[in-house]
This record gives sequence, C-alpha cells and structure tokens, in this order.
Amino acid sequence: MSAPPFIVVGGGQAGLQVCDSLRKLGYDGQLVLFAEEPVLPYQRPPLSKKYLGGELAAERLLFRPASHYEKLDIDVRLGVTVTTIDRTRREIECSDGSRLAYARLALATGTRVRQLGCPGAEHPAVLYVRTLADSDALRARLADAQRLVVVGGGFIGLEVAAMARQLGKDVIVLEALERLMARAVSAGISDYYAALHRGHGVDVRLATAVDAIEPAANGVSVLTSHGDRLPADVVVAGIGVVANEEIAAAAGLECRNGIVVDDHARTSDPLIVAAGDCTMHMNGYLGREIRLESVQNAVDQARVAAAAMCDRPERYVQVPWFWSDQYDVKLQIAGIGMPFDECVQRGDVGAGSFSMFYFRGGALCGADSVNRAADHMACRRLLAQGTMITPAEVADEGVDLMQRARG
Amino acid sequence: MPKVTYIDVNGTRRECDVPTGISVMEGAIQNGVDGILAICGGSCACSTCHAYIDEAWMEIVGQPDDIEDSTLDLALERRPNSRLTCQIEVTDALDGLVLRVAQNDG
Repeated sequence: MSAPPFIVVGGGQAGLQVCDSLRKLGYDGQLVLFAEEPVLPYQRPPLSKKYLGGELAAERLLFRPASHYEKLDIDVRLGVTVTTIDRTRREIECSDGSRLAYARLALATGTRVRQLGCPGAEHPAVLYVRTLADSDALRARLADAQRLVVVGGGFIGLEVAAMARQLGKDVIVLEALERLMARAVSAGISDYYAALHRGHGVDVRLATAVDAIEPAANGVSVLTSHGDRLPADVVVAGIGVVANEEIAAAAGLECRNGIVVDDHARTSDPLIVAAGDCTMHMNGYLGREIRLESVQNAVDQARVAAAAMCDRPERYVQVPWFWSDQYDVKLQIAGIGMPFDECVQRGDVGAGSFSMFYFRGGALCGADSVNRAADHMACRRLLAQGTMITPAEVADEGVDLMQRARG
Repeated sequence: MPKVTYIDVNGTRRECDVPTGISVMEGAIQNGVDGILAICGGSCACSTCHAYIDEAWMEIVGQPDDIEDSTLDLALERRPNSRLTCQIEVTDALDGLVLRVAQNDG
C-alpha cells in the first residue's frame, strides 16, 4: 500500500507555493491541493486594482495554467472545503463528505473579510473585495452605479476608491481613525495619500465611523458617526480580514488571531504545518510573533513550510515587504516600521517621490516609499543584511543607499 | 503570433508562440517555462521574472525604466542585458526574441 498523500488545504498563493516547493524539494509522492473556490489559484492583488477596472482578463489572474498542475502531478480539488481535521486518524473530512488520509498536512487557509457589524450591513448594496467572485460582483454593480461609499481607508478601500474614480464614479471614503492606512504607515504617508485622493476628487472623511446603513429608494443611505446621511448606490467595506483558523482550532491546534506556528512554519502537531495570511507565526527576521497579509509572506513562509514537510527545516527569516498601487502612485513598504522612535524623510514630498525611513532603538526597521523604488529596494537589502546606517545618512540624498547596502 | 525563444536555467531552449499584448513573463508562465516565478504577478515588485535578453535584441527590447532598474538591483547576478520580463510587452516587433532565464529562486 502506498503512503498517504501530502495534503495542502487552501488554493491561494501560499497553497500553490507549498505544492511547487514540495516538488522542487524532490517530494515525489501523491500531492493533493484543496481549493475552496471553483478556480485555480489566482492573484488577489489585482482584484482591487486593474482587474476591478476591467484592464485585466480573468484568465490573466491565474498564477499558473492548468498544464502546470498536470506537469507537477498536483491533484487539485476545486470547490471543495475541508471541514475537519482528525489528527488521531490522520484524516481530513471534506464538505462533500469524503475523507482522505494524510501523511503530512499544510494549512494555507488564508483569511476572509471582516464584515461590517452596523445595523443594515446585510443590505445587498454592501460589498467586499476578497475573492474573484467578490470583485466580479463589485464590477457588475459599479457599472450601473454612480455613488460609491467606501468604508475603511486601508489599502483595499483606497485601491477601490482610486479605481472607482478612474471609472468616473463619485467616491466618499470613510475612515474611523484619524488618518489613512494608520496601522501600516506613518502620518507623513497617510497625509500624502489623503491629499492624493482629495486631489483626484475623492471625499475623504477621517475620524468618521459608520453607524448604520438604511435602505433608500435608490440604493442605501450611510449614516455616519457625525450624523451625516450619505446616499450611495454601492458601499464597499474594506475593514480588514479574519484568519481562517476554525478547522485548526477545532482540531486542538493552538490559534491566536491565526494558526500559531514556529519559525519553521510548524504547528504544535509535527505532521501539520501552516503558511500565509492564516498564520500567527514566529517571524525569524522580526524576532517576534506576527500575522502578515502579503504576497511576500505567502510565498516565503510557504517555502519554509514545504521544507518542514520534507524534514529539511529552514528558518523563516525574510524581510517583510508590501505594495499598493493607487492611481499612478506606487507605495512600497519594506520591513515593519511601526512603531518607530525616529522617522526620517528622503526625497521630495511635493514632487511625489519620497520615502520615510523608520528607526527603532537606533537601528533601521523599515521604510515606506512613494514612487521611489530605489529606496525601497535598498531598504530591503539593508534590512536583510542588518547593515548599520544612521538617520543622517538616510536623509542625505548624496548617500547612495544601494551602494551602502552592497557594502 | 510572435515567437519567443526561452532558454531556461538548464539550457533547454523552447520556442513559444506568445500573443501580442501580454508580457514576456506571462508568455513564459503560459508555456510552463521553468524558472520564471513572477511571485508578484507582474507588478514590478519582486524581480523573480528576471531574464537576460539576447544581446542582438537589446536595442529593440530597450532599457528598463527607473522602477524596473531599481527592482533589478534585488536580482541575483544582474548583467547589462538584465530585464524583468513582466515589464516587456510582446509586440510584433519582438517576433524572434531570444532570452535566457536567470536564477530566480535563491
């Protein structure tokens, strides 16, 4: 009797990367990938950007064509949800009632959107952007809509706002905190983006929460914490995501705002690893636990998870990075800059090309770059190598940061 | 349809039909060319679709813009003919293009 397969739960970027890395590491046994959605693994970042704007056909979202899965002999089960992990019998159970034994199991279950909790939030005009189906639904609705209210001034909300403006819609962004993208970037960047969106005609309202959503003759009315009543044809909520940890928690694996794994992507069960957005992981680079929602984390942690499955453990030590495209402005984030002790600007805010570099305990800990890829790439390299650099050097445009990184 | 010849890291040559309007990176992915990873999906954020353009084609393909130039600095073994294939759109002018895939996975 052949050994049970390695099973990967989750058809996102992390799930695909676990499969690819397993094959690259030489695992030649059976490999099964369960994807909840009825499509092959695809890129999510364009869902709130180019794809939403109709600039990218759906087939161009696929990471790999169907032939890739055949070539690597990956048994992809689309549209099947894994409902239970039976760790005693080393089996999973699926939504269709089938059971399958595993030799090793990788959880790459991702996240789901956090739903608006206010009264009236279940109205069909209230949409989210996480899946291809979500983005399709929003595109369809936007086609006949003029007035869009975006709840949440984070990456997703602002990307949707930017694209909707480019499509000629009237856009209001409501952000409960006092500045945009407050968890991810510093005030200097937030202020730049507030001005950018306002300059493009978006009505950005900070420190404004949503109290209720009421049905109206055409669409809905959004009631704000300031007592305003905003008419809208469509409401898009981008207020964060929640880790899909339920099957892990039900199986007795430790979960704390994510499936808890060590810096080798291992859960407390030696046969089970986890990777991507769903993990609360010990980040070897940061030296602390964190949950990251990013392409970088999905790919790099998935590689580590695959290595652990092959009993060739590697540490997860990669520098985090992120990006966001809004209008023609590229925001690139290196490291985890928040919280910082000192913040230094490089470049010219007025010219729309600058970076904010962050220092914690005297050491560089991250940078946010606006249309300034060179700073971003240099920062990633400086962080990866732990190069000592001072705030004064960073602020001096005469200092070539990439040169410094090269040593 | 333009033909693009991809030479992977093992030296295997593959002549592929690639439709115009997509990127050289997407052409590689669709044809299963090994070594073009493109983890950021073509956003010029990661450098894992790095390739060396055949010298004879450099003039037609052209030099990277500023963002790509900076992103290429993250690539292993950058050379004068290095390009990120996600930033090269396939056109009829590129019919016959030859490129060699760089070491993209560490």
